[in-house]
This record gives sequence, structure tokens and C-alpha cells, in this order.
Amino acid sequence: MLNTIKSFNFKSWKFLLSVATVALWIYCYSANMDITNSVVASGMRFGMPLALASMVGIMCERSGVINIGIEGTMLLSGFTGFYVASYSKNIVIGLVIAILTGVLTSFVHAMMTIKWGMDQIIAGTIINILASGLTSFLYREGSTVPNTWPIFDIPVLSKIPLLGASLFSQLGPIQLFGMFLIPAIWVMMNKTRWGLRTRSVGENPGAADTAGINVIRMRMTNVMIGGAIGGLVGGFICLELVGSFSKDFTAGTGFTALALMIFGRWNPLGAFAAAILFGLAQALATQLQIFGVNNVPNQFITILPYVFTILVLAFSAGKVRPPAAAGKPYEKEQS
Amino acid sequence: MDTTLLRIENLSKTFATVKANDNISLEVNKGEVVALLGENGAGKSTLVKSVFGLVKPDSGTITIKGEVIEAGDTAAAIRHGIGMVHQHFQLVPVMSVAENIILGDEPHKGAFISYAEARESVKELSDKFGLDIDPDAIVEDLPVGLQQRVEILKALRKNVDLLILDEPTAVLTPQEIEELLQVIRNLSSQGVGIIFITHKLREVLAVADRIVVLRNGKSVGTATPKESTESSLAQLMIGREVIFRLDKKEAKPGAVVLEIDDLYVKDDRKLMSVNGLSLSLHAGEILGVAGVEGNGQRELVEALTGMRPTVKGSFSILGEVAIGKNPHAIHTMGVSHVPEDREKDGLIATLSIDENLVLNQYKNPPFAKGWIRNIAAVNSYAAKMIEKFDVRTPSGKYPINSLSGGNKQKVVIAREMSQDSKIIIASQPTRGIDIGSIEFIHNQLLASRDSGVAVLLVSAELDEILSISDRIAVMYGGKIVAILDPHDVDRTQIGRLMAGATQ
Repeated sequence: MLNTIKSFNFKSWKFLLSVATVALWIYCYSANMDITNSVVASGMRFGMPLALASMVGIMCERSGVINIGIEGTMLLSGFTGFYVASYSKNIVIGLVIAILTGVLTSFVHAMMTIKWGMDQIIAGTIINILASGLTSFLYREGSTVPNTWPIFDIPVLSKIPLLGASLFSQLGPIQLFGMFLIPAIWVMMNKTRWGLRTRSVGENPGAADTAGINVIRMRMTNVMIGGAIGGLVGGFICLELVGSFSKDFTAGTGFTALALMIFGRWNPLGAFAAAILFGLAQALATQLQIFGVNNVPNQFITILPYVFTILVLAFSAGKVRPPAAAGKPYEKEQS
Repeated sequence: MDTTLLRIENLSKTFATVKANDNISLEVNKGEVVALLGENGAGKSTLVKSVFGLVKPDSGTITIKGEVIEAGDTAAAIRHGIGMVHQHFQLVPVMSVAENIILGDEPHKGAFISYAEARESVKELSDKFGLDIDPDAIVEDLPVGLQQRVEILKALRKNVDLLILDEPTAVLTPQEIEELLQVIRNLSSQGVGIIFITHKLREVLAVADRIVVLRNGKSVGTATPKESTESSLAQLMIGREVIFRLDKKEAKPGAVVLEIDDLYVKDDRKLMSVNGLSLSLHAGEILGVAGVEGNGQRELVEALTGMRPTVKGSFSILGEVAIGKNPHAIHTMGVSHVPEDREKDGLIATLSIDENLVLNQYKNPPFAKGWIRNIAAVNSYAAKMIEKFDVRTPSGKYPINSLSGGNKQKVVIAREMSQDSKIIIASQPTRGIDIGSIEFIHNQLLASRDSGVAVLLVSAELDEILSISDRIAVMYGGKIVAILDPHDVDRTQIGRLMAGATQ
């Protein structure tokens, strides 16, 4: 025990950062509990779709496919999910349709990139342009979703002082699901056979192939699971978070998610932490706008989270290493 | 009882217009070591890849233990007990040894991998076959010899009956080769049939039970080591006689052109790799640097060619201090460089053969006039070079990647030797290329020497060093430990020095 304490590096930046975070939190609480709770809670709400969207990126890139079509996937699924819910008067059917749309969109992406070896950036761009054009064209004003989701407090956890009220209370089902899905992806990626194979396919598909692993199938499956998550996020935003569909509602979320994925080093938990941090920055910016910091124009406050992302990426980018085969279509060597 | 393990019948495979395999038949018995011998591009790799299901043959059947195996299906090949160690390792560098070995057939409890079991099974295998390795080491941190060990263990874990080794010795040091040959003997005594691809005749004679020679996609002969000599095999391989003794005139060493004084260089891991090395190279001589790989040769060459910063000491080229100069500046001082890794440092994979031939002078006349390149001049020059250096290609317009290893190296040699340089630094110039090309490159190096150029030849091939050097410098631990005269040394003496023994 004493050795553990002795060997712990109190000067490490991680330690200092956590101390600073806790201190800041406690300070904020003592200053104004309600506002702090609402900032943290809305930080989680902003952060969750980003975190889930970056899971799409992780699923694809760890298996060797760069997917910049997350944006389009979410847009299309949000669209179908919302209008199906609106016409069928059932948000559960809407969510299912959103997820199926995500799977279908990513299937198209997977066929283009994995089966036909198309450039992955172009394939993603096609998805994005298609989604934006199609949803704007078919968009009809005035639809609403019939009902809302039940809201949960997680038993026990929501009673934790300081954290409980903001993190574990008043959660919608999708947000709740996300909190379980992300650790589950981490476990699958790092502890299971499926994860080892996925990573091997993303690092050196040749090695996986010679070990008898079907590279194409592995990649297709992963990209489509990613698509399902993308559809879930689209549905989450349109059916739970916002409750409506607006043109191009994603507004760069998919790309921000990719940045957060890199910041989190392709690690689900890392990306989740990055997304929550980003969400908090956004919540804080919103709060500042409400208080109206008089002599600073609003626009400057709105860009804060993005500036923050750029800074973080700039400082951490040097050390990151993406999966070695990400972006490279796999073809059996013919020599 | 039928002891035939593998039977290949009338196998053919054509890529585009090239007949890689033309009606080949071959048998391997249990516990037999069959060496597949042939020049680069003779079709050895295609043949074994067909057996392993990585290539789907156009026609012919492959039978193992009496059962026909499905063509082009790796999983089926593995199921039938075929294992393969690839020339280019098929490992995941960021994963551990154990993870690499279990990949594809992981010990598990439900969906979860049982790492304890994985470690145990790696330990068991390495004990059984005497291949010691740390299951938790990360593969990219291991030296090449150990990485190959991981490859072999990977194959052995699948209880192979037939193990295919695709040029396993190309990247190994002499000691590692010896160990590998021992492993092969071990395996065959345990009943494993082995197909061993190589173009090194010494190894074939040392370990094979039977030798099958391929040329231009056809099987041209079978022999046993007893009834063969290096020259009879080489003749089968190439289809003409090979003169192993090079026509070598007496060297006429001149003034010192490269002087290295107490040089210190660090490697990629920031460890001191060249440790106070001093050496002088004279005009008109070939100085061979012998040594086990990883004793600072790579770092030395990279420092001398300006690709790697030095820590301490200095070196001068033609009397001018060259420390801290960039590769281009050193190049213009009259140094040509044949890099160790031709794919990475010697060629630009996606450019044509023509363009690769003028990489060092594309902006000089006649290849360019001011800002404008003269493509016609490049093409006609390249055509001449392709002929002079015997690069086997229908046209220089093809991408460099369409060439075999030996022909790629000829392009590098053609480019580096055709300019008016005073020093040629050649690092592993014949690694992984066929005998015909090796002979050609050696003659080119000797011709340069005779015209008064100084050649620094760094090679892990002791035979190469012994056959063409005028002086031999043995490198160990980042220093030159001895300078020897090739006329009165023998292999064992150099071998001992390379291993760190003092004289």
C-alpha cells in the first residue's frame, strides 16, 4: 500500500488534471448547485450523441475502414426515424427504422469500400452528399412525433452526492443505453475473440487472412454494426434529444466525432471521455450565453468548444497512431 | 502404407500474360524436406501459395493425405494441416507474441479470450520445439529472427503435417540461419513434411532430402543433395553455367576518399549504436563490412549518407568534412548510395521504371531545361540503362512495382552507378535477389572499383563479402573490431569475430 503511494507520480499531468477537475467541480457546487447540475447534465446530453457517433468511427477504423460518412448515416436515419414515427404514431417503430436505415447506409458504404475497393474518403463523401440532398428534398414542415420516452433515474447511482443528480438522473432510454453500450464495446474490442480479430484485420489484414480469418466478412460486419450505432444516434437526436427533424441537423457532429475518436486514440472509453469533455465545454458555452457576458460577442462563445477541440487535437496529435491498415482496401496478394 | 503427404498434379496458373506455373507436379512425403529452388520469378511462391489457398490455380489438383483440397481456400488448407511461414512476415506488429500466435484459433471461455491459456499454450509449444520466446513481448519490439520464430510457432500450433517456408533465411543472420536449419531437421524428424523455398544453394545442400528446381514456371529437374553440387544446381536454376569465381583483377588502391573518425550514432530507440568507429576507405578498393545484423551497420550507412544525425566524431569525403550535411549535399559530393531497403529508401513504388532511373538527376540537363522536364530524353536514357543493366521488362513505362526484386535492385544499381561518383556505399545490395542478378551486380561493383571508385560494401552475406572484397572490416558492437585480408582468412575466424570474440 505504502509502495503504491510512493510509486505514484504525483507530478504526472493526469493526476494534476484530475485533482483540478474535482476541485473545480466542488467549487462550482458550493457556488451554485442547481446551475452546476444542469451544466453537467446538459454536458452529458450534448456529449452522448458525439460519443456514440465516435463509436461508429471506432468500429469502422479498428477494422480498417475509414468512415467519414457518419454524418450522412445519422442524417438519413434521423430522417427516416422521425417521419416513420410521425406517420405511424409510434416512436419505437421510428427508432427501429432509424437503426435499420443506419445499417442499410453503412451496407452501401461497405460494398463500395470493402467489396469494390473504392476510395474510402470518396465513398464517405458520397454518403454525406446523398444524405444531405435527399433529406432536404423530401423534408416536409410541420410533422411532430406523437409521444415522448419515459425518463429514468438509475437506482442507487442517482443518489450519489455531487455526481448522482447530474449524471444518473432523468435519463432517456437511448442515453441510458449509450452508457452501457460504450463500455461494452471496449470490452468486446479488448477482451474477446471478435475484438482481437477486428483489430488484426485493421492492423494487418494479410496476417488475419493467413490465420484463416475472413477479412471481408469481418470488415463488413463491423462497418454495419457501426451503421446500426450511427442509426441509433440519428434516432436519438431526432426522437429523444431534440424531438424533431430539421434540415442538416447533424451540423458537423459526425466529423467532430471523428476528431474525438482520434483524441481518444481509437479507444471507446477515451473517445467517450473526450466527447463528454466536449459536451461540457458546449454546455458551459451555452450557460455563458444565458448569463450574457456583455462585452464578448455571442459567436466567440459558441466557437469555444471547437477551439477547445482544435487545441486538444493539436497537442495530442503527435503521439497518436491509427490502425495501420485503416483506409486501405484489402485484396488478396496476387504475386 | 502410403507415405505421400502432398501431391500436386498438373498445376497451372497464369497472371495476366505471364505463366507463373506451367503444369507443375510435385510430391512431398511425411518427414521429408523438399527444397524448392529457383530464380526470382520462377514461380516458387505462386506454387506454394496455391497449396496454401492464397492463390487459386487455373487448373490442376492438390491432394493432401489422399484428400483433394479446395482451391483458393486458406481455411481449408489450414484444416488439412498445412502451415505456411511467409517471406514477408504476416504478423500484427502492435500485438503481443501470444496474441499473434493464437489469432484465428483463440482459446476462449464464451466470447472472451483466455489469456492465461494462450500464454500456457505458447510456453508449451516453445518448450516442445526448443523455440524460446516471451509470450508477452510486443512483436514490433523483437528482432527479425525472433519475429520469424513467432511465425513458425504460429504455424506449429495448428498441428501441421506440412510446413511451407517461403524464403525463411533471406532476412536472417548466419547464426540465426544455423538455428533455423536445426529447427527444420527437428521438425522433419517428428514427421512433418517441409517445403523450403530458397535460392541459397548452401542451405539447400545442408538440409534438403530432395531438391526440385523451377525455371520460368516449369519444373526443370529433381535432384538429391548427394548427387548435386552448387554449380550443377545453379546451372539447372538459370539454364546456363554460372561462374562462381568472379573474374577479379588485383585492386589498385589509391588515396583515402572517405575518412571516418571516432563516429558515434544513435539508433531509432535512442541507444548508441555506432560506438566510436574509425575507418578509412581508399579509391579503387572494395571494403567489405562484415557483421551480424544489428551491430550498427544500418546506422553507420545512414549517417554516412546524411540520413541520420550523428552524435559525436566526424567523417570527411574527399578531404571535406561532411558531418551534418543532408543526403542531397552528400550525394553531390560524389557519394552514391544503394540502400538496404530498396522498397523504402531506394525506389518510388508508384513511379515508372524510367522515372526511377533518373530520380537523382531529373532536374539536370538533358533531363530538364529550367523548369521544364524533357521526357523524351528521360525515356531514351532509361531505355539505354535498361538494356545495359539487363532489367527484364517489356518497357520502361511500367511501374517499378511490376518488376521482381532482382530487377528492382538492378534499377537502383543502374541509377546509382551511372553517375560520376567517387564513392559507392552499397548496403545489402544482393539481399533477396536471384543468383543471375547477384552475379551481375557483383561484376558491376568490381567494374566500378577497377575504374577507381571506392566501394563500401555492407553485407550480412559472408560469402558475398569474401568473394568480392579487397579488405574486410568486421563490425561488432558498433565498432570495427578487425581489418582482415580476404586471402588469408577463413569463415570460422570471421564468424568468431562477428560473434564478439577477440582475436
